[in-house]
Amino acid sequence: MSRRATSVDVDAWRGRAAEEDAERTAAEGSDVRSVLRLRGRSRTLLRSLLRPHRRLMLWAVALLLTQNAAAMAAPYLVKVGIDTGVPALRADDTTVLVWVALAFAVSAGAEYVAKRGFVLASGRIGQAVLLDLRRRVYRHFQRLSPAFHERYTSGKTISRMTSDMDSISELADGGIEDLLLAGLSVVSIAGMLLWLDLELALVTLVSFPFLLWISAWFRRNSAVAYRRTRETIALVIVHFVESLGGIGAVQAFRRQERNQAIFDAVNDDFRLANRRAFRLISTFAPVVKLIGNVTVAVVLTYGGWLVLRGETELGVLAAFLLYLRRFFEPMQELSMFYNSLQSATAALEKLAGVLDERPDVAEPAAPVPLRRPARGDVALRGVSFHYRPDTPILPPLDLEIPGGQTVAVVGATGAGKSTVAKLVTRFYDPVDGSVLLDGVDLRDLAEDDLRRAVVMVTQENFLFSGTVAENIEFGRPGASRDAVEAAARAIGADAFIRAFPEEYDTEVRKRGGRLSAGQRQLVAFARAFLADPAVLILDEATSSLDLPSERAVQRALRTILAERTAIVIAHRLSTVEIADRVLVLDSGRVVEDGPPSALVDRGGPYAQLHEQWRDSLL
Amino acid sequence: MPSLSPQPEPDPDPEKRRSTRRRHPLANLWRIRAYLRPYAWHMTVMTLATMLAMAASIAIPLVIQAVVDGPVKDGDAAGLPLLGLAALGLGVAEAVLHFLRRWIQAEAALGMEASIRSSLYAHLQRLSVAFHSRWQSGQLLSRATSDLATIRRFLSFGAPFLLVSALTYVVVIVLLIRLHWPLGLLVAASGLPLFLSAKRFGANYLAVSRQQQDQQGDVATQVEETAHGMRTIKAFGRSREVYRRFDIRAVRLHDTAVRKAGLVARFWALLDLVPAVTLGVVLVAGAVAVNAGQMTLGGLVAFASLHLMLAWPIEAMGWILAIAQEAMTAADRLHEVFDTEPTVVDSPAAVALAPAAVKGRLRFENIGFTYPGADLPVLRSVDLEIAPGETMALVGVTGSGKSTLAALVPRLQDPTRGRITLDGHDLRDLTLDSLRRNVAMAFEEPTLFSMSVRENLTLGRPDASDADVAEALRVARAEFVRDLPWGLDTRIGEQGMSLSGGQRQRLALARAVVVKPKVLVLDDPLSSLDVHTEAQVEEALRRVLAGATALVVAHRPSTVALADRVALLEDGRITAVGRHSDLLASVPTYRAVLSAEAEEVSAR
Ligand SMILES: Nc1ncnc2c1ncn2[C@@H]1O[C@H](COP(=O)(O)OP(=O)(O)OP(=O)(O)O)[C@@H](O)[C@H]1O
Ligand SMILES: Nc1ncnc2c1ncn2[C@@H]1O[C@H](COP(=O)(O)OP(=O)(O)OP(=O)(O)O)[C@@H](O)[C@H]1O
Ligand SMILES: [Mg+2]
Ligand SMILES: [Mg+2]
Repeated sequence: MSRRATSVDVDAWRGRAAEEDAERTAAEGSDVRSVLRLRGRSRTLLRSLLRPHRRLMLWAVALLLTQNAAAMAAPYLVKVGIDTGVPALRADDTTVLVWVALAFAVSAGAEYVAKRGFVLASGRIGQAVLLDLRRRVYRHFQRLSPAFHERYTSGKTISRMTSDMDSISELADGGIEDLLLAGLSVVSIAGMLLWLDLELALVTLVSFPFLLWISAWFRRNSAVAYRRTRETIALVIVHFVESLGGIGAVQAFRRQERNQAIFDAVNDDFRLANRRAFRLISTFAPVVKLIGNVTVAVVLTYGGWLVLRGETELGVLAAFLLYLRRFFEPMQELSMFYNSLQSATAALEKLAGVLDERPDVAEPAAPVPLRRPARGDVALRGVSFHYRPDTPILPPLDLEIPGGQTVAVVGATGAGKSTVAKLVTRFYDPVDGSVLLDGVDLRDLAEDDLRRAVVMVTQENFLFSGTVAENIEFGRPGASRDAVEAAARAIGADAFIRAFPEEYDTEVRKRGGRLSAGQRQLVAFARAFLADPAVLILDEATSSLDLPSERAVQRALRTILAERTAIVIAHRLSTVEIADRVLVLDSGRVVEDGPPSALVDRGGPYAQLHEQWRDSLL
Repeated sequence: MPSLSPQPEPDPDPEKRRSTRRRHPLANLWRIRAYLRPYAWHMTVMTLATMLAMAASIAIPLVIQAVVDGPVKDGDAAGLPLLGLAALGLGVAEAVLHFLRRWIQAEAALGMEASIRSSLYAHLQRLSVAFHSRWQSGQLLSRATSDLATIRRFLSFGAPFLLVSALTYVVVIVLLIRLHWPLGLLVAASGLPLFLSAKRFGANYLAVSRQQQDQQGDVATQVEETAHGMRTIKAFGRSREVYRRFDIRAVRLHDTAVRKAGLVARFWALLDLVPAVTLGVVLVAGAVAVNAGQMTLGGLVAFASLHLMLAWPIEAMGWILAIAQEAMTAADRLHEVFDTEPTVVDSPAAVALAPAAVKGRLRFENIGFTYPGADLPVLRSVDLEIAPGETMALVGVTGSGKSTLAALVPRLQDPTRGRITLDGHDLRDLTLDSLRRNVAMAFEEPTLFSMSVRENLTLGRPDASDADVAEALRVARAEFVRDLPWGLDTRIGEQGMSLSGGQRQRLALARAVVVKPKVLVLDDPLSSLDVHTEAQVEEALRRVLAGATALVVAHRPSTVALADRVALLEDGRITAVGRHSDLLASVPTYRAVLSAEAEEVSAR
């Protein structure tokens, strides 16, 4: 595939969303204050992640010091061997050499053990932190409301959980060791330099302001650059996941070329963002090197001059210069480490932003217990709602559904039927007024109580990869195979499942792709039935079924819904006829309310709908 | 909780896996070089800069030595500034060369990464729907992100350092042998245990890193599924169970990573141990040699300090080997995708179909279809002919294969038996592009993307005029989009989640209509509409259908009313074709599938 130069207007492609930063978390403002705040948050997060491993960290540092000491011993032992061992050997005294050999063996052994222990310990710490972080972020994503996920998009979520984690794991994989070792040698050599010659050491110190300045420059710019890489990779992932998820439509509509253009554009943005970050480090590291080399040259000349004037010993100058080179070498490693640190920090900031996001549909601090079993009284009191402030969906709406009643909700598409259902299941909280279950405001109920009592079959029947049985069991984890099969039988799904070669153990694949649309709907139905809730909400649960299946489902519903509260949303009025009561919704307003048979006779909107429906049957 | 389903194989095609296995582990990484070709210059300059920088860094100590041995010792103040300048010049040169190397490296490595990612995406777009339903999306994603980053890291850091440290190693060994050959050979021999353990480490590490990459893909898959199934999970309050599934995978990944750390720890420690022990042996043996007069004391000092120079390249070899192995398995994983040939492709002799020339006679001839891996065919022998301009409804019970048949028309899949012809051409003899230009489809699940309404609408015809768009919106009764905050520029949520069910479906219908195709395939297009809207859409749709050949999958009599004729799909065959009223009167199965006259309904 040739890569053509593309200039896709990414903004026009994605369209406009409610706010400029719709896909950022609230914490991620671009003003200075929120950047600083977020940095503080990510630091707190890091501390809290590391806290459980304080012991192991101390242990790792001890091992590292041991290893370093053992490694440092080798040159010293060589010196002893040569300076003392060889002359002694000449005098036929082997003891020194034997001791040196022994010491070598011991130090080599110690180095081996300490190194191995250190790498293992630091790996353990890094991975434990990563696991902890994965768990926290995942759990937090689960807690956030549908409204958040809608604007954040799944691609962003995935990118936070994969690519951002990768950059942190890169830091955990290596780096820490380099940092500690390099830091250690820089400090010890600095001490050595001061001890050797104060004046030369002061000359060396002149390089420090430059080092600090370039580091500050790097830190400032790379924070921005790496943040940008995180944002651009997220867009790559969003486009990748979404367009390949709908590959059927992409191919059928010959969308490949434009998709490729968009992908190349976001991919190139990512490349450029990365390049910017790479260039920063590619400037920073050589500049550090330059400062080091220049310092060496200056010290060499100045030191030489001092020696000439007899102010310093030759040996001191030689040693000083040797140490000076060793002083600047680890700076290179430090700068590399600094780089992965910046990249991981940017990722951590993004994650801290997610963790900082408060669920707008929050669990109450002190939940009111729900009586068990729940009666299933549902009430909407003065509920008004909108998704976007300027387009009201529900005007103040009042509705009482006594326990056990089956209510059908009908109305034109877009009237707000699903919205009512989403309020009763607390996907959203009403803007005004309250939704009550058995007299308790949903906002005061514990999540578990609410979900046990209220279950909804949504318009989009999402199945998870796994077997048919597992998907049905999702309704009531731990249900026996008999219960699963009974649920399937009750709504008439048993026959087609049995027709599969592996029956209930058939793998349904990604999003239930192995099943037909109607089969998916039946499985989703069985799943809800197995959950056995006090309040069951069916949002067009039979829209994709053929008429015989629909009839079978309706027959089953008569018994299933008998002793529970049900809200049935349907366009096919055949489903409505099993209801005790019908609500006709129009632009969020209840325009008619009564038993179906009475409404048909009244000659209002429902009667019209009904007539139109009867006509459509022929 | 539901037990964890058996881990689906990353590549379900065992044949392929074995064939990648049989190859040399480096084979797939080597294939990446094609993407580096545009950067040949970069690579050359980079290598040169690396070597020159190395030379400069070796030269600086020589200058220092010259200063100490020359001007300082001789008290020659005049020579000092010159040598100082030399040191300065070399130092600056080294830094500049570093700078050059890194900038060029960034350009080449990132360019390569981006172009592999781009071709991977292009390849994935060409692979069939069947491939995508088989592969977990997280596995594909992790290939496009983590694996590519691994390869980039190897090429930008690993490969140059491999070169430098291997060179250093060889040079030092040669110097050592020249200095004192028996001891030099001893040091050279110490390379043997290193080599052997590197080999063993390599084999183990290869397996673990492959496992880790696969597990990363599993975690990504699980995250993706959670993100998409969020509403269902919430509706049932099953966060805990889903979390547990995630946790199992995350813990598995963690354990593998810790195991990997264990392997690395042992190997790296060994890389420290062997040179240290060798040094000890060299010292003792050297002392004995000096004593025997075979070596000078100065020689031993030089030998020992030279040997110390080996420590760094050997240590570096440790992590270079590690990232090299990771890059190898990453390349394997990439090529598993690249090596999958698209199944639905243009045949060599394919001809393009001129839109103007298309009449639209669609014939299914003895069509059979079996899903890959399934034992029984879904379609056994379908024969059906749709005349130009005719609208054919396709009716059958749930799971009878209607959608399967419909998807064959735009060649999302190819039939496993028989052929479909359009105006007498076998679809497989037409170019995919020209076929799909003439065929538009509305899927049973409206597949919408999180982009602007306009972009979603004009998916199949980016050049559609505003008038075309307005017309399609009118036909599908989708004018509600004008009331969205920014009209057609409004971004609709992922999968159209910020729209109501019926709104999504109408948008998907409008999308098919706007293409103005010769052949229109509508899979249950009105299922989510209320009766009133349905009637309106049907009326408008009739006009569109009059000008196109159409196959409409239908579950309700109201939808069937759109069609001129109806075909009944049963047991993988078309068992009856005719007018709705005729079939209703004469075919009992048809009546069972489509008649409203069942007791529940008439009971009111
Ligand atoms: N998440 C959302 N963000 C913004 N607007 C939304 C969102 N969900 C629904 N809407 C809008 O709210 C209105 C009511 O939608 P709702 O889904 O309740 O309709 P409905 O009565 O269920 O229709 P249908 O029968 O088509 O499913 C629609 O105009 C829709 O565009
Ligand atoms: N990817 C697949 N692999 C194996 N079998 C499949 C696959 N997709 C569908 N099937 C099976 O093929 C049969 C036909 O499916 P199809 O989706 O064509 O049915 P349909 O007639 O469209 O049904 P519906 O009316 O429910 O949409 C079903 O039994 C289904 O389980
Ligand atoms: Mg709805
Ligand atoms: Mg179907």
